[in-house]
Amino acid sequence: MGYTLNFNLIWRHFDKLSGGLLLSLELALISIAIGIVIGLVLAVWYVSAGRVVRGVIAAYVEFIRNVPLILLVYLVFYGLPTVIDVAYSAQTSFVATLALYSGAYLVEVFRSGLEAVPRGQIDAGKAIGLTPWQRLIHVRLPTMMRITLPALSNTFISLFKDTSVASVISVPELTYGAQWINFNTFRIVEVYLVVTAMYLVTGYVLLFALRLVERWYRTAR
Amino acid sequence: MATSSNDSPALLDIAEVSKSFGSVEVLRSVSLKVAKGEVVTVIGPSGSGKTTLLRCVNFLESYDSGSIRIDGKEVGFRDGGARQRRSERDLASMRAETGMVFQSFNLFPHLTAAGNIMLGLTKVRGKSNSEARSIAEHWLGRVGLAHKADSLPAELSGGQQQRVGIARAVAMEPKILLLDEITSALDPELVGEVLAVVRSLAEDGMTMVMVTHEMAFARDASSRIVFMADGGVSAVGPPKEVLAVETTNERLRTFLARFRASHF
Repeated sequence: MGYTLNFNLIWRHFDKLSGGLLLSLELALISIAIGIVIGLVLAVWYVSAGRVVRGVIAAYVEFIRNVPLILLVYLVFYGLPTVIDVAYSAQTSFVATLALYSGAYLVEVFRSGLEAVPRGQIDAGKAIGLTPWQRLIHVRLPTMMRITLPALSNTFISLFKDTSVASVISVPELTYGAQWINFNTFRIVEVYLVVTAMYLVTGYVLLFALRLVERWYRTAR
Repeated sequence: MATSSNDSPALLDIAEVSKSFGSVEVLRSVSLKVAKGEVVTVIGPSGSGKTTLLRCVNFLESYDSGSIRIDGKEVGFRDGGARQRRSERDLASMRAETGMVFQSFNLFPHLTAAGNIMLGLTKVRGKSNSEARSIAEHWLGRVGLAHKADSLPAELSGGQQQRVGIARAVAMEPKILLLDEITSALDPELVGEVLAVVRSLAEDGMTMVMVTHEMAFARDASSRIVFMADGGVSAVGPPKEVLAVETTNERLRTFLARFRASHF
């Protein structure tokens, strides 16, 4: 034993952590924004498509869901540029990966949401003469959003935690900041205690904020 | 048998419509003409095809053979005999000519009472928001819900929701209004307020086809009653004739006897 906690070195390098946290949030936000677009487009396509398209979309979803995120990150960052002639920063590479990753999960979320829209509402949309596109925009998607918003919030929060994987390709987000401080100060317990608290508090704040958004959305008029 | 539709051209002309779900024949060569301003009530035991018939009129259900015309225009299939389904766009504009009120209300839960009515007016009829709003307010007033214009469906009682459902349908100025068991999901004390609205629409001359189990209402408000059994029209005529106790129609007599036994 004989280990004395000393947080002074952590506070001295706290900018690594605060900056890292902001970058983590940014990575999660951009990724889920793109992921929502991917998820929505593919889910809408899926429910109206034939077997071939469904098969392709299902294959994408299954592939992503069954491969560990860290492997996807390696594949996109190290693998892809050696096969095809592309160059991108670690950060861009990670956002692309996380967007594809969240997109696959969100296809499932949105697809089940679309299928849960009561048939009666679609009938009502038909009965007043809405075209299929109008029914999608004005009836099915708003109802689907109400159904899927809690799942969407949960996806965002786990995505926020998943941004820690970006540290393996040296994206200076929160976990990377922790590793940097650890390597330079050897205050391993302190730094990971602080970082854990930061993830925890941020996660809770996000959850709380998203629940407020959900409640607002349910009663908005 | 007296049929008032023979005197004037039919607004709705259902001719020999048949439909099967798999091996079950739900509609057997059903024919029915409805003139402008008529209120036709369809009664019959459950499973007799009433609701399916109604859903064929605005093509929420397709049918296998026969034709359904509104103002002479085939509803679900293209003109010219090939039985080619209309494009979704054509179907949408055909459906805008009929209004439908559902058993389970089917209001859009994310829109207010006024918003439910305005959606079709703005997106289908191309009216401006303010125009649509004033039409919505007019109809909400007609159904006694002027003060609920900005309430969400979840904040309304079943009877209120159904009155919004009626307002949503009639605000589109349909040629014909289809009412599918609109009081069946309501608590008994809320039925009256909904039927009062239907009655006032009938007095305005709205053409209606309704499926209902409210026999007293059917008797008082209908021009004609259609009795369906086993997917076919078994009897049709003025309420007094069809609901007569001494009818010779065996199926109808059984239905009415069973109905009286359970309701009076």
